[in-house]
Amino acid sequence: MGGWLFDPAHWSGTAGIPARLLEHLGYTLMTLLIAAVIAIPLGAFVGHTGKGGFVVVGLSNVLRALPTTAVLILVVLWAGLGDFPVYVALVLLAIPPIMAGTYAGIRAVDPVAVDAARGVGMREWGVLTNVEIPNALPLIYGGFRGAALQVVATATIAAYTGAGGLGRFVFDGLALQEFGQMLAGAVLVALLAVLVDLGFASLQRLTVSPGLRPVGTGGKR
Amino acid sequence: MTWIFENWERFWEVTEVHLRLSVVPVLIGFVLSIPLGWFASRSATARAVLFPLANVLFTIPSIALIVITPVLIGVKILDEINVIVPLTIYTVALMVRSVADALSAVPGHVTAAANAMGFRPLRRFLVVDFPLALPVTIAGLRVATVSNISMVSVGALVGLGGYGQLFTEGYQTDNSAKVFAGLIGTVVLAALADGLLLLVGRVLTPWARAGR
Repeated sequence: MGGWLFDPAHWSGTAGIPARLLEHLGYTLMTLLIAAVIAIPLGAFVGHTGKGGFVVVGLSNVLRALPTTAVLILVVLWAGLGDFPVYVALVLLAIPPIMAGTYAGIRAVDPVAVDAARGVGMREWGVLTNVEIPNALPLIYGGFRGAALQVVATATIAAYTGAGGLGRFVFDGLALQEFGQMLAGAVLVALLAVLVDLGFASLQRLTVSPGLRPVGTGGKR
Repeated sequence: MTWIFENWERFWEVTEVHLRLSVVPVLIGFVLSIPLGWFASRSATARAVLFPLANVLFTIPSIALIVITPVLIGVKILDEINVIVPLTIYTVALMVRSVADALSAVPGHVTAAANAMGFRPLRRFLVVDFPLALPVTIAGLRVATVSNISMVSVGALVGLGGYGQLFTEGYQTDNSAKVFAGLIGTVVLAALADGLLLLVGRVLTPWARAGR
């Protein structure tokens, strides 16, 4: 594996490691952005109003069981090759954990804080954006980071239908019987997953109120 | 849907393989995670080693692990063990935390009462701690089972069996009905397995519903 991974010839050009790494990261970030725009408002609405909780839980479970490979292939067969099928498959994968995290986070906000917010005259929108969402952030991040790990790992499959990303090394290596290339691809995906999670962990530390940090899990007091 | 009825024998054949490839890892992984989870619930050192390790194992993509396994254990790439080993690893990674959390949540006064009644450690674990940990453990088992059933299909990308074969064959022959049949099969199998575990959990923990 080391031989393939550290060969300088594999580190340049549009099919080189840096280019594939960026493609993979691009799929991941774009997917997470689209999924967050859909899932956070839905989860927040259901969490805030308390209506339709069973729909969120049911929908999450069904989507969780949905095999990403099948979704990818079906969309390719209907809409043709390209990045669009990749995004459909990955966004469907990312929605359940983000929506479930947002919903659970908002339900778990101390009702006393919500009551106090109403008591000082906040409108429903203000209660949601100034009290519930900031307090729910740790769980929202929990769902979001879970989704990020799954998306980085699963974006590998995009290469099966000819798209880019680090999966190219896995599937090209498989086709050419080059285990070095397959292993290098696999290891790079795992590394990227760890790096992306570290990135979101830092973002979480920067954006979540210090008052919400669990005691004794590394938060400086 | 008509594909399923027109090709019933083939559909049943891949269903059997799919079921075997997803249930065997859940069973092995569950059995392995009980002692590991027990260990993690008792020792902070074990927790500090096992939990981060489980997290890292979880970040390895399934397709990558399926590809690496034959190299690591020296079998052919078309051996079913190449799906069973990775899915067992994922199950253990998920279940260690569930079992540890579940055992840690057993109330101290209950274990103290069991000790006072003269239960030996092994017997106390089997008839007091573990049954009380069942609801949380089974919740973890349901997640592991559903995600395994969904993940088995990835094995087909390297040529292994299960519903994933319908995906790859459907893709190569431009037959979306075949892909859709495999998708329906996966979702139905996951729903059935989830419902079954829910039911087993209820039957095994009658006290959880008492007094409601």
